[in-house]
Amino acid sequence: MSEIIKVGMADLKTCVSPNGVTTLGLGSCVGIAIRDPATKIGGLAHVMLPDSTAIRNGYLNTAKFADTGIVELVKQMEKMGAKRSRMVAKIAGGATMFSFQGDSSTMGQVGQRNVEATKAKLRELNIPILAEDTGANYGRTVIFYPETGAFHIRSVGKAESII
Amino acid sequence: MGDMTLEQVTDNYYDVLKEIGNIGAGNAMTALSQMLQCKVDMQVPQVRLLEFSAVGDMMGGEEQIMVGVFLGVEGDITGSMMFMVEEESARHLIQKITMGMMPAGSEFEEMGLSAMKEVGNIITGAYLNSLSTLTNLKIFPTPPALTVDMAGAILSVPAIQFGIYGDKILLIQSKFYDEIELDGYFILIPDLESYAKILTALGLPVI
Repeated sequence: MSEIIKVGMADLKTCVSPNGVTTLGLGSCVGIAIRDPATKIGGLAHVMLPDSTAIRNGYLNTAKFADTGIVELVKQMEKMGAKRSRMVAKIAGGATMFSFQGDSSTMGQVGQRNVEATKAKLRELNIPILAEDTGANYGRTVIFYPETGAFHIRSVGKAESII
Repeated sequence: MGDMTLEQVTDNYYDVLKEIGNIGAGNAMTALSQMLQCKVDMQVPQVRLLEFSAVGDMMGGEEQIMVGVFLGVEGDITGSMMFMVEEESARHLIQKITMGMMPAGSEFEEMGLSAMKEVGNIITGAYLNSLSTLTNLKIFPTPPALTVDMAGAILSVPAIQFGIYGDKILLIQSKFYDEIELDGYFILIPDLESYAKILTALGLPVI
């Protein structure tokens, strides 16, 4: 029996095939699914904000930020036996849930900034992005299976897609 | 102010925020009652400080379809505010406001959504008015934006704002009734600097 492990907001989890990982209702947050095809080790991070260095408080929830969340996920997968040189990623989310006329505030663009920060960090770690479903104005539920790398995406009023 | 965290604010002033929530939600319900031209009863609102992961669960799961009305707050304090109702509750409200022109089971259409936006506008306006009266601060809402989507996705917007300061979200749940029970959620998201202004205005010491 395979199990689907749930990842919350500002959270990350790893799994090994045949298990999968899921996160429900991604909005402006970004879901980053990483997999090592050789070991079938995978993981999913649900990050909320682009950059941990902009935060002044002492305590740091690494899973909350794109920069630290991706590094932590990769580290945990490596501990399980995955190799970074083999890792590949798929990403989803980063929507703009509410649009205001003429809005150029940081709030309106946080989804886009999350996506940009995610891509920058993956590039830095030399992890290629095989597919993405980002932006637009709707929420996404995602399920990731490290066995095949299939990344299932569900949205309200839309057919499920697999990237 | 840079060292003040949301945790400190709420540990110390939870009762104050609760009272603001209570009065604000009460006024919002009065406004709703006038709009619907019927009696609207409500329970004492619950003010909660929740972990991000617990918020979705409370609303019936992250995938529960909800209507969210989101607006900015400007004036002496800055921030944003959100009002959320569950899909069925929203349909019921739309049906009442449009006097049955939009049947309860029908899909959300332009007119229904625009009616719902107006409900959100009036409810949040009443809420902010009572906050303004209590604190004597000038508080203006910006025009609202509306979306129909999964609870988790809608909540990501205020959660990200709270996320800059901590790992919890301050939420006011108010259950109200006309013929059926409706669950509405208010989320007031003052910028961190504005917490201090609110507390000072209420004559409370700032940490």
